[in-house]
This record gives sequence, C-alpha cells and structure tokens, in this order.
Amino acid sequence: MKARITVTLKNGVLDPQGKAIEHALSGLGFDGVGQVRQGKVFDIELAGTDKARAEADLKAMCDKLLANTVIENYAVEIA
Amino acid sequence: MKSAVVLLPGLNRDRDMIAALTKISGQAPATVWQTDTEIPDVDLIAIPGGFSFGDYLRCGAIAARMPVMRAVAEKAAKGVTVIGVCNGFQILVEAGLLPGALMRNASLKFVCRQVKLEIANANTMFTRRYQPGQIIRSPVAHHDGNYFADAETLARIQGEGQVVFRYAEGTNPNGSINDIAGIVNDKGNVLGLMPHPENLIEAAHGGNDGRALFESALGVAA
Repeated sequence: MKARITVTLKNGVLDPQGKAIEHALSGLGFDGVGQVRQGKVFDIELAGTDKARAEADLKAMCDKLLANTVIENYAVEIA
Repeated sequence: MKSAVVLLPGLNRDRDMIAALTKISGQAPATVWQTDTEIPDVDLIAIPGGFSFGDYLRCGAIAARMPVMRAVAEKAAKGVTVIGVCNGFQILVEAGLLPGALMRNASLKFVCRQVKLEIANANTMFTRRYQPGQIIRSPVAHHDGNYFADAETLARIQGEGQVVFRYAEGTNPNGSINDIAGIVNDKGNVLGLMPHPENLIEAAHGGNDGRALFESALGVAA
C-alpha cells in the first residue's frame, strides 16, 4: 500500500518562507499570485492490505512525529 | 550541585555548556548520550544548542523522540531542573515539555549577534539572582527561534508568569510573538530559551550577564 501525507501550516500561523516564495513568483512575472503557504509531503510505503489499520497507523505517525500539531494540520491519503 | 549534559549528534554548543557548568558549579557535569535510558542522580540537566540530526523534519523533532528524552521527561516530572538552550529549547517544545513551537525566523536569515533581554519574571528558580525588569545582554545564534503559541496558550503562559525572558529595546532577532525569548513550564522547573547565556559567563566572554542564570538554577553563591 502507498500513502501520501500532506502537512500544512494552520491558519493564522505566520509562514515567512511562503511569503518569500510569493514574492519570488511575482518577481518572475506571474501576475495574480495571492497568498502562498509552504507545506510538506511524505510518501510512505506500507506492508499489509488493511486500509483502516493503515489509516489509523498513519494518523498516529503524524501525531507522534510527522506533524507538529501545535502549528500544523495533516491529511492522509491511501492510494 | 551535580549536573548532566545531554549529547546528541549534531549539537555543537555542548562544550560551551560543559565549560560553563564546570566553572559555575565547581565540578564537571556528567554526560548522557542519545541512547541512554537513564540519567544519573543530578540536580540539573542541560540540553545544549546546535543542529541535532541536521534539523531534519523540524528543528529538534528527531532529538525529542530519542530514548534519552524519555529519561529527561521522567526526571522533569520528578522536579529535576532542566535547561534547554537554543536547539535544546526546540527539543523541549518538540518533546512537549514546554508549550508552543519555534518557527523559522521572520527574516528567513540565520541571526548571530548580541541581543538585549528583559527579565520578565525574576521570581523563578532560573532568574532569582536577577532584578525584575533588569536588562541583560546575551548572544543569539539561530535560524528557527520565532516563538509561536496559539492565543489561548499565550494568554495562559503570560498570565501564569511562564514568560521569563523577552527581547528588549527593539532587539527581537526572529519575529518571536510578544518578543518571547524564554519560557518555563507550569511547574517552573523546565526552562527553554533561544539566547546563549553559557557564552557570557566571564570577562573573557566580554561580560558575565548570563552567569546569574546558572547561579540561580544551581543554587550556588555568586
């Protein structure tokens, strides 16, 4: 099984890196770029075929390590 | 007073911390490695600065999940004094021993300079040798010192006197919310701060403004 975890900053958390990317895109001539927020993607391979268990494991991985839930949200997708 | 210093791969201020604790307490601290599951009987545990595990994932995130940090958490729960400086502060927030998070500096630049700190609470075991509101100098050197906490947490820690150090006189180097430079846990025995008091403890450093922090925490005479 393959899974993708997307970690994004919560609303209201300042993202200076996203801001710098936003300015760089404008500098390249891309008009109409609004706010840019930077996040992280983790592609994870899992043994087994039990999707419900995989989802529970992936959420636990996010809570324990992959995301800092003080400042970040996460989403789990299983392919 | 006995102390211990936590060692993790990628830390680089460990020798400074060991030197400061040796000079101020009069005896060399014990050292504990990342895989150690027990910490000797000490009065103070220090987690130095640096770039543990290359700052991979998030600063301090991997270090916070190493076996030695479970031992630190157990000691902290028993009331042992814990100080985390710079990366040590990041490790303590990632380990959940202190509230909030430390994010990339608002300037996106690594800052290495001297700042001024206000003693925001002189009634802690880490600051009792300072005066309330006293302004001291301290070096900083970090890329991710931008303290953040949600509104509810911020109100709580400010209300409870858990904000111990604030950047003063416009010297906030990282965009930290409400100029927060250092905080303690609700029990008051765990301190995290971004500045490096261990690098300003004697004349050869150009001043000793940081010395009273260790004298306070170690309970040794000035």
